[in-house]
Amino acid sequence: MADPLVIETSDLRKRYGAAEALRGLALAVPKGSIFGFLGRNGAGKTTTIKILLGMAHASGGDARVFGLPAGSPAAGVEIRRRTGFAGEEKDLYDYMTVAEIVRFTAAFYPRWRRDLEQRYRRAFDLPADRKVKALSRGMRTKLALLLALSRGAELLVLDEPTSGLDPAASEEVLQALVSHVGSEEMTVFFSSHQIADVEQIADRIAIVDRGRTVVAGSLDDMRASYRRIQFVFAGDAPEMTFRAPGVVRTHRQGRVWSVLASGGADAIVEEARALHPVSVDVMPVALKDIFLETVAAED
Amino acid sequence: MLFRPNPSLGVPIYLQLMEQVKHAIETGALQPGDQLPGIRPLAEELVINPNTVAKAYRELEHEGVVELRHGAGAFVAGNARARKVADSLRAGQATVAAAIARLRARGLTDDEIRRLFEAELEGRRNTGGRNG
Repeated sequence: MADPLVIETSDLRKRYGAAEALRGLALAVPKGSIFGFLGRNGAGKTTTIKILLGMAHASGGDARVFGLPAGSPAAGVEIRRRTGFAGEEKDLYDYMTVAEIVRFTAAFYPRWRRDLEQRYRRAFDLPADRKVKALSRGMRTKLALLLALSRGAELLVLDEPTSGLDPAASEEVLQALVSHVGSEEMTVFFSSHQIADVEQIADRIAIVDRGRTVVAGSLDDMRASYRRIQFVFAGDAPEMTFRAPGVVRTHRQGRVWSVLASGGADAIVEEARALHPVSVDVMPVALKDIFLETVAAED
Repeated sequence: MLFRPNPSLGVPIYLQLMEQVKHAIETGALQPGDQLPGIRPLAEELVINPNTVAKAYRELEHEGVVELRHGAGAFVAGNARARKVADSLRAGQATVAAAIARLRARGLTDDEIRRLFEAELEGRRNTGGRNG
């Protein structure tokens, strides 16, 4: 799978005064993927997106979109021309109607796709004559998405697309993304702290914590390799450090010893057999558990 | 709806989808020659990634369960049912082997293990409980 990378960052750093928003972030987003960028609030997601789109400058490291350096003003223009973006705030002109803002936006983009505009106007059921300021939060999001999707862009960057939406509106937004990727040659990069949304539609993810990538890869590979292993001992669980690779976290509590492994569960079980556990259970792990175990607790 | 993968299950979605297609063939809900939903409509209906559906179909083709006809879509293969039985036997063999390895690790002899299997098949529950 040698898909070219649409977004690539290495050792990306961003400092705001004394605060470090990014501390060596690495990302690799292959073409054609729906890439979920997961992290807690304040983990560095929005900062990363701003750097990728040339709206902020990195303090160090490398960020490339379509192979172009995101920090260069000339490349930034080219990147923004080929990218559809909807920010978390869904900044839209409040005084326009839906029909006006669609016409206004279309005028800026020579590759505007009238067919997609029609498709999403119908799918999202947007009232053409309503003022933007009178739209509900869900409709506002759908309108921002329509504007981003209809531009004929190769890359769609969305910052928290489903935040604040009710489950039905969320599902409509996710469905539009899935349908869009299915019909167009397109890559979607979306940040979110909604784990359920990410695990539903993303094929690849990165979990960012305190400005660093802590987990990255194919979601189905992670589902296949991550395991929770639970050992029960006759007495108190013994102290042990594993030599087998793949141990992410261990918890000892009384007679129970629980291990989160990123892979190699068999080797870990084999190694622990030397301690004669009375029972061993190996269970699949949901993304939520991986997230909670790899992201540091609030301090 | 025939298929309903659960993204939170911790099992790859493409594998869940493959299992659900095979199950539908096993139960007769899908018959040889039946057409499967297209990749995009199914991705939209289930709201999952189209790449995931494509991967499941590719793997099913690889296993001979479906045939991908160029431009026409995916169809249940003629001998899918026979293959499914062979697959089940192979999977069952692995399950039995794992169970035996575990029982041996607990110090049971092969004779004792054989008696357990026979008792279970006979439906007798004189083995001291199932949680032992």
